[in-house]
Amino acid sequence: MNKSEGIGNSHPSEQRPLAGDPGREQGIGNKDLDTGNSDHASETANTPTRDFRAAEANSLPLSENPAYQIRKIHLGAGIFIKSFLGLYLRDLRVLSREFLPFILRVGMQPLLFLFVFTFILPRMASGNPMAAAGVDFGTILLPGLMAVAIMFSGIAAVALPLSSEFGITREIDDRVMCPLPLWAVALEKVCFSAMQSIVAALLVIPMAYYVPAVPVHAHVANWFLFALVLVLASLLAGSLGLVIGSTVNPKQIGLVFSIIVVPITFLGCVYYPWAYLEKIRWLQFGVLFNPIVYMSEGLRAAVTPSIAHMPWWAILVALVFFTAALGRWGLKGFLGRVLS
Amino acid sequence: MIVEIEALTKIYDSKLRVVALDGVDLELKQGEIFGLLGPNGAGKTTTISIATTRTLPTSGSVRIAGIDVVRHPAHARRLIGVVPQFNTLDRSLTVYENLYYHCRYFGFSHSHAKSRSLELLDQFMLTERKSVYPAQLSGGLAQRVQIARAIAHRPTVLFLDEPSAGLDPQSRMAMWAAVEGLREEGITVLLTTHYMEEADSLSDRVAIIDYGRVLALGSPEKLKATLGAHTIFDLKLKSMHNLEPVVASLKARPDVTSAEVTAEGLRVIAASSDGLLPDIFEAATSFGLRDLAITEPSLETVFIKLTGRDLRE
Repeated sequence: MNKSEGIGNSHPSEQRPLAGDPGREQGIGNKDLDTGNSDHASETANTPTRDFRAAEANSLPLSENPAYQIRKIHLGAGIFIKSFLGLYLRDLRVLSREFLPFILRVGMQPLLFLFVFTFILPRMASGNPMAAAGVDFGTILLPGLMAVAIMFSGIAAVALPLSSEFGITREIDDRVMCPLPLWAVALEKVCFSAMQSIVAALLVIPMAYYVPAVPVHAHVANWFLFALVLVLASLLAGSLGLVIGSTVNPKQIGLVFSIIVVPITFLGCVYYPWAYLEKIRWLQFGVLFNPIVYMSEGLRAAVTPSIAHMPWWAILVALVFFTAALGRWGLKGFLGRVLS
Repeated sequence: MIVEIEALTKIYDSKLRVVALDGVDLELKQGEIFGLLGPNGAGKTTTISIATTRTLPTSGSVRIAGIDVVRHPAHARRLIGVVPQFNTLDRSLTVYENLYYHCRYFGFSHSHAKSRSLELLDQFMLTERKSVYPAQLSGGLAQRVQIARAIAHRPTVLFLDEPSAGLDPQSRMAMWAAVEGLREEGITVLLTTHYMEEADSLSDRVAIIDYGRVLALGSPEKLKATLGAHTIFDLKLKSMHNLEPVVASLKARPDVTSAEVTAEGLRVIAASSDGLLPDIFEAATSFGLRDLAITEPSLETVFIKLTGRDLRE
């Protein structure tokens, strides 16, 4: 369907030649279909009848006809990009209103985790069995907490709004009336959530610098890998949010957190590196189906390379695979919801 | 023709097979206000959903300004504006922002979107409420914002799905005025309604639709004239015993088109009401006349004659 919604409307059965040339499109809008009237009418509101205006519009040279000029703003190759950008700006505006709640939402969990596990526990007397995680726990925890922050904001930014937009308010009906292919509307959601995820992940870094009692050994050796993992992990989280938002019944969205989000977090190599699971072989294989594992391991490879982690190529392949698979699944659900 | 609907069918084939549309053909002229009239479940909303790219037809086609809406939905959406049945305003944005971002979705620049939004606020008398959120608006105001939003990108065709559903009479009048105002702008309007008065007073042409088929098509005046400007007498009787002779004698009158026994009494459809009323009254008295309702010739009587049922049934 994405093909059929493309810019060049040059299907052979099309009655009018609309292929690509904006100038021709506008000409048609005016001459054949008289769409000029509607635009022109509002420009010259004091002229008495519609027929008169139509005649006037058609008698003007094309370049001076106001209808023509308005059409030029509408139709053109860049409309999809502009429309996509419009959706993005709208989301930015809404987010800007809720900036403080956004920061609190994404920051509270990692902050508390760091505080309890890397500040309180190490300060308890040595010999305390609860301090067994070791002095380097902060270093292990940093990439994991970044992964959790990415995932939670991915879900919060896509799944929760989508479920309410699909639900009672049906606001999605408005968004899907944009002059965009439907897949692009879904893609915008994922991209916008990815941006939030990246902010959320970066927010963990200063916390990990200031909170722990013992310094965290973070060292980004390969900035390119770091950026790539960060972006891929964020897109993956957005895709997961799309799947949840478009397939789960809005009434059960709360349940999803307890039966999906919490388990994949705890079994997502967030609080322990994957390599350390080798003593529990079945689990080490079992968690390979969990996309969160690759987010944590990827960030581990990029941010704290001193800790044992999966090979970077395997991580990237898995991140791409899961993003594509979840994205496809989520898109299918999205289309199913908005198109009957 | 600005809108061409051809042999449109839609069959929902789940557990229960529902034929929502059964071969609908319609053509809309540039600049007209077209009413799609029918009871709930007649196929009005399905027709609009397909034309506005929200539903895929089982077969048939819809072209807006020559653009096939199934093949090129994104392109078609530039040419149409939609006021859906339910309030779909963006709850996270103010009234002004609803208009502004709608313009941005349609590729307007910042300054162009801003000036267009302000112009619309003025046109729809919403300027005072520009900073209000949709949740704080009454039904009538929300509907006005929805209409303003729908025409913000200067569509060629505007679809209004049950625009006055749930509105109080005053808001309905205001909404009608807004739609009448669009006529001035030359926008083609397709509206669905099950309010006769609405179709009658607003539309240039009306299609009566039921069970997914177009039953009649034409201007309200033409429909009333060709399908017989009938007056309907609905009688409620205490006793229904032995009514048949009365029915037969009424039917025998030249001015009576039909007379039939209903659940509660008698329904007489007549071409003219002159002199008929006293006779009906007299005939019915012996059966204990409880109530007599006379429906003057209108689209409603046309509708009842065509479908055999009331619109609001």
